[in-house]
Amino acid sequence: MAKAQVNPTRMELTRLKNKLKTARRGHKLLKDKRDELMRQFLILVRENKELREKVEKGIEDCNRNFVMARAGMSAEALNVALMSPKQEVYLEASTKNVMSVEIPEFTYKTRTSDTNDIYSYGFAFTSADLDSAVKSIADLLPDMLLLAEREKSCQLMAAEIEKTRRRVNALEHVMIPETEESIKYIKMKLDENERSSQIRLMKVKDMMLEAAHKYDERPDGQNAHRIEIITGAEEE
Amino acid sequence: MYKIAVMGDRDSIYGFAAVGLTPFPITDTEEAAAKLKSLVDADYAVIYITEELAGRIQKEIEHFSDRELPAIILIPGVYGNTGKGIEAVKRSVERAVGSDIIFGDD
Repeated sequence: MAKAQVNPTRMELTRLKNKLKTARRGHKLLKDKRDELMRQFLILVRENKELREKVEKGIEDCNRNFVMARAGMSAEALNVALMSPKQEVYLEASTKNVMSVEIPEFTYKTRTSDTNDIYSYGFAFTSADLDSAVKSIADLLPDMLLLAEREKSCQLMAAEIEKTRRRVNALEHVMIPETEESIKYIKMKLDENERSSQIRLMKVKDMMLEAAHKYDERPDGQNAHRIEIITGAEEE
Repeated sequence: MYKIAVMGDRDSIYGFAAVGLTPFPITDTEEAAAKLKSLVDADYAVIYITEELAGRIQKEIEHFSDRELPAIILIPGVYGNTGKGIEAVKRSVERAVGSDIIFGDD
């Protein structure tokens, strides 16, 4: 039964039919969008996973290097060495539109482009371990930025997929069945109205004939004519 | 022009300062939550945060996860990998697909 109260009128029927058509079309489009988003997401998330494993391993190595560096130098010397970094990273963020999801794209510039010129200290009072530690972390940086880009994209796409899936389900399981139900209800109601008005007309016609010809007052043989009229009308 | 921030305990992050990221040594939970909020509104496009610290301010991080920027990325700290970072990826798979289909076979 139609849950929502609908007026059983032709106008409402036309409106609902249009609504159903739009809902069906929207459903199809959203479903396509969801499928494509999902495909892209799976590609992206696999990449994300690989990158993350790589970066986590890299950071672990860097940390090990830094521990070694710290062991070889006094904390003060280390602090002084890293106090004013030479290298600086400028990040430019643009967005790319993938199936209406804005995913970020990072491009970065470093202040000194020479990868051998990143050490912010003199070599005299620092250990070689610090050099390799700084080098390892500088080498890891591009991957880390790529990871940031991919991971953020994954998060945003996951949110969008969730939203789209909900819409698809709402259309498929709520909106479309309910509209269909309402259309059915209106059709039945209209048919019913039509039948009842037809019967009313027949009845009126009967009464008018009765008034004009006074069948009841005639002998029996002539009543047959009246029955014929009624059965004939019903067959129409 | 955006900058990159690193949050976490001092030992885990001071190395990143050498390559031009901005370090924010923080260990206190409330301070970290407040700092994260202020960093999100500032010019930081990427915020790396150690897994250990991130575990304590999970709610704040999730609050910002639907924003386009910044990207808040977990990294393992000096005390080892807690698996929280990969878990975040797993969670986004679960969110999108409904169940975990990428990491299930590991």
